[in-house]
Amino acid sequence: MSTTKKRLTAVVVGLGMAGTLAACGSSDGGQGSGDSKTVTLVSHDSWAVSKDVIAAFEKQSGYKVDVLKDGDAGQAVNKAILTKDNPQGDVFFGVDNTLLSRALDNGLFQPYEPKGSDTIKAEYRVDGDRHRVTPIDTGDICVNYDKKYFADRDLEPPKSFDDLVKPQYKNLLVTENASASSPGLGFLLGTAAEYGDNGWEGYWKKLKANGVKVVDGWEQAYNEEFSGSSSGKKAKGDRPLVVSYASSPPAEVLYTKPKPTTAPTGVAEGTCFRQVEYAGLLGNARNSKGGKALLDFLIGKRFQEDMPLNMFVYPVTEGAQVPPDFVKYGPQVKDPETMDPAKIADHRDQWVKSWTSLVLK
Amino acid sequence: MAAPVVFFAVFFAYPVAAIVARGLKTDGAWHFGRIGEVLAQSDVRHVLWFTTWQALVSTALTLLVALPGAYVFARFDFPGKQVLRAVVTVPFVLPTVVVGTAFLAMVGRGGLLDELWGVRLDTTVWAILLAHVFFNYAVVVRTVGGLWAQLDPRQEEAARMLGASQLKAWRQVTLPALGPAVAAAALMVFLFTFTSFGVVQILGGPTFSTLEVEIYRQTSEIFDLSTAAVLTLIQFAAVGAILAVHAWTVRRRETALRLVDASVTARRPRGAGQWTLLGGVLLTIAVLLVLPLAVLVQRSLDAPGLGYYRALTSEDGGVFLVPPIEAIGNSLSYAVAATLIAVLIGGLAAVALTRRDAGRLVRGFDALLMLPLGVSAVTVGFGFLISLDEPPLDLRSSWILVPLAQALVGVPFVVRTMLPVLRAVDVRLREAASVLGASPWRVWREVDLPMVRRALLIAAGFAFAVSLGEFGATVFIARPDRPTLPVAVARLLGRPGDLNYGQAMALSTILMVVCAVALLVLERLRTDRTGEF
Repeated sequence: MSTTKKRLTAVVVGLGMAGTLAACGSSDGGQGSGDSKTVTLVSHDSWAVSKDVIAAFEKQSGYKVDVLKDGDAGQAVNKAILTKDNPQGDVFFGVDNTLLSRALDNGLFQPYEPKGSDTIKAEYRVDGDRHRVTPIDTGDICVNYDKKYFADRDLEPPKSFDDLVKPQYKNLLVTENASASSPGLGFLLGTAAEYGDNGWEGYWKKLKANGVKVVDGWEQAYNEEFSGSSSGKKAKGDRPLVVSYASSPPAEVLYTKPKPTTAPTGVAEGTCFRQVEYAGLLGNARNSKGGKALLDFLIGKRFQEDMPLNMFVYPVTEGAQVPPDFVKYGPQVKDPETMDPAKIADHRDQWVKSWTSLVLK
Repeated sequence: MAAPVVFFAVFFAYPVAAIVARGLKTDGAWHFGRIGEVLAQSDVRHVLWFTTWQALVSTALTLLVALPGAYVFARFDFPGKQVLRAVVTVPFVLPTVVVGTAFLAMVGRGGLLDELWGVRLDTTVWAILLAHVFFNYAVVVRTVGGLWAQLDPRQEEAARMLGASQLKAWRQVTLPALGPAVAAAALMVFLFTFTSFGVVQILGGPTFSTLEVEIYRQTSEIFDLSTAAVLTLIQFAAVGAILAVHAWTVRRRETALRLVDASVTARRPRGAGQWTLLGGVLLTIAVLLVLPLAVLVQRSLDAPGLGYYRALTSEDGGVFLVPPIEAIGNSLSYAVAATLIAVLIGGLAAVALTRRDAGRLVRGFDALLMLPLGVSAVTVGFGFLISLDEPPLDLRSSWILVPLAQALVGVPFVVRTMLPVLRAVDVRLREAASVLGASPWRVWREVDLPMVRRALLIAAGFAFAVSLGEFGATVFIARPDRPTLPVAVARLLGRPGDLNYGQAMALSTILMVVCAVALLVLERLRTDRTGEF
């Protein structure tokens, strides 16, 4: 018996050593359970911030920020809801207008009105006086086009939803599955906003007749099918129109070396749907004081101006400057389609279902 | 026996049960009626039907393509054989996010088939089937080929001498001996294709959905936990049935066969027929397996002066809090920890399973250990999230969660590798040593260890490679400052811009090389009898 024990001990010690090896360099603990000096931000995979900006917050507030990226946007929200009784952090960032109702209906957040929230542009505020969520950034889901394709053929790129069903754009557009991808859903909502509850299905029938291709996710649509992105070129993508973001052209420029003088892609500004992302204090946050400080910081000028080049989104506060590269290579969409989160909540599932049987089957 | 049972109860059964209960239990009452409701939906029945038939066809196709390969690897000796055997195994341990992308480039537009004959297979079921062959080729080559190499060719020769035709000799001598191995391989391929996720998601487009994909959608996107729970239970039942049949064929296979050292059965191919066969197999491997991998490498090099590789060392993009290159270190250290756990748990389980007094219950555990291979990662991931959140099991933010999840998929490989070897150890040797006064520890060290040492290393190597490539569960729990290689690749692919895409390809290539090296080391360690993998 004792020999077996010895053997086990040896193995356990070995395991422990491997553990130390694996853990070397990582800050242990995370979660900040009970530790009021750490504030934990739960977000999705796209969360990004400049190091010096977060360091400035840590210095000024005295809190250390721990970030937990929890999958893509939808997944992160679902996980936060699942764990709301014993949350993984204090603040959740990254629920957008298409999923906001799911978060609010499940009681994910507790009210807090951050300092400086009067600078948030009125059009982005929701939830009236309850202040359960705070808008942090916006972005537009729009059809992107391959400039070269249209220049080579002397063809005007499409400008609006109406254009996309015209014969000259037959078999050119690739979009994402609205039930699986947030740009796909955004595009569907855009058409629903444009053509109304009764008109959007007719529009999609025409779009289908005009040869729209549907793939499952943004990665495939943009990296494989789209002829305008650098990755799509390599993959010999042959669709010059793709549903992506208004910020994709600047991203194409900034992530290409050497930096080209103009973006290889453009945005059809009449096809845009505006996404707004919100953050809120989690219902059972352990460090709610730190969480509040973090929310104040997220709508502060420093962070708002840092966002565009990190997450490719636009600020929501008055007076926050958008970086020049962003203005130069990407459009500031003037008149995007929008929709009240409550209306999205009421119709989302039904629309996606109808869309699925209409377009995919 | 206790350790593996506890491990599986805590890190597998409990989390899965917790998430299923969350879906099916409201206000303390179970709602099993949901099962009927969900099954009544035509969409769900359609998914079930597609899942089953594509798995059947994929399995048949894989056997068709890979059995000649198994023969060639077993019976022929040719330069580069070891390297090639490692290469064909690489797809099996690579994450599908990576290879799906490359595979698409091959059978999709502008791919090889497109350029040669104008054939495009993307978003058709053919792309799914071919990718399944790509991923599972190694399962057949290793399982069937491994046994084939040890069958004494003289038995077949004797039959021919006695007047049997070549076909008849093969049908009556070799085939029956191989039968159980072919069945076991086919069942494993069926299991992997039945629960296929990444391949179907990436190559199938939005029109094809397997049970596993549907569970993911219901859990992660639609957030309909009760439907997801029902689907999980259905998959559970199906996978359980597959595994039960598998366990049965495995036991049949372990019946006595006259086995010889693999090194004496292989020889240089002779005659036009054999050379053609070898050529055909090599061509199949080149087109079906090596080409998609080559596409990855080519794309990763598509910047002047290894630009994508150099970009990996900077953290400019902000995709991560650390330079992407650090993912290599993370992956390696996680994989080391996962391997240790898998070898410990799997090894103990294998030892318990070989004990002569092991009853039916214990042998049933054999099949249970395989279950994690067939249960969706999203179920396990969500289960971890809601069940391991309180002391003493508050592991949600601990680094150990990643290796634990990876070990879950590593254990079955360890068990499958160790079992046959341990069973082959003659009990009388152990008894003799005991009678002569050796302590149990000494018996293990002097009798078992020398015999299983190599198998143990191979098991460890396989667990290591599988951990490196594990994506589904890791992506759920990997901390943002410590992404693994597959997680980093997936995140880079999720952003626009040349540099991100290029870095994803470069990281994929690195992952591929690391896996290939690990597998190549395994090849050097191969023994005459090394179980299934």
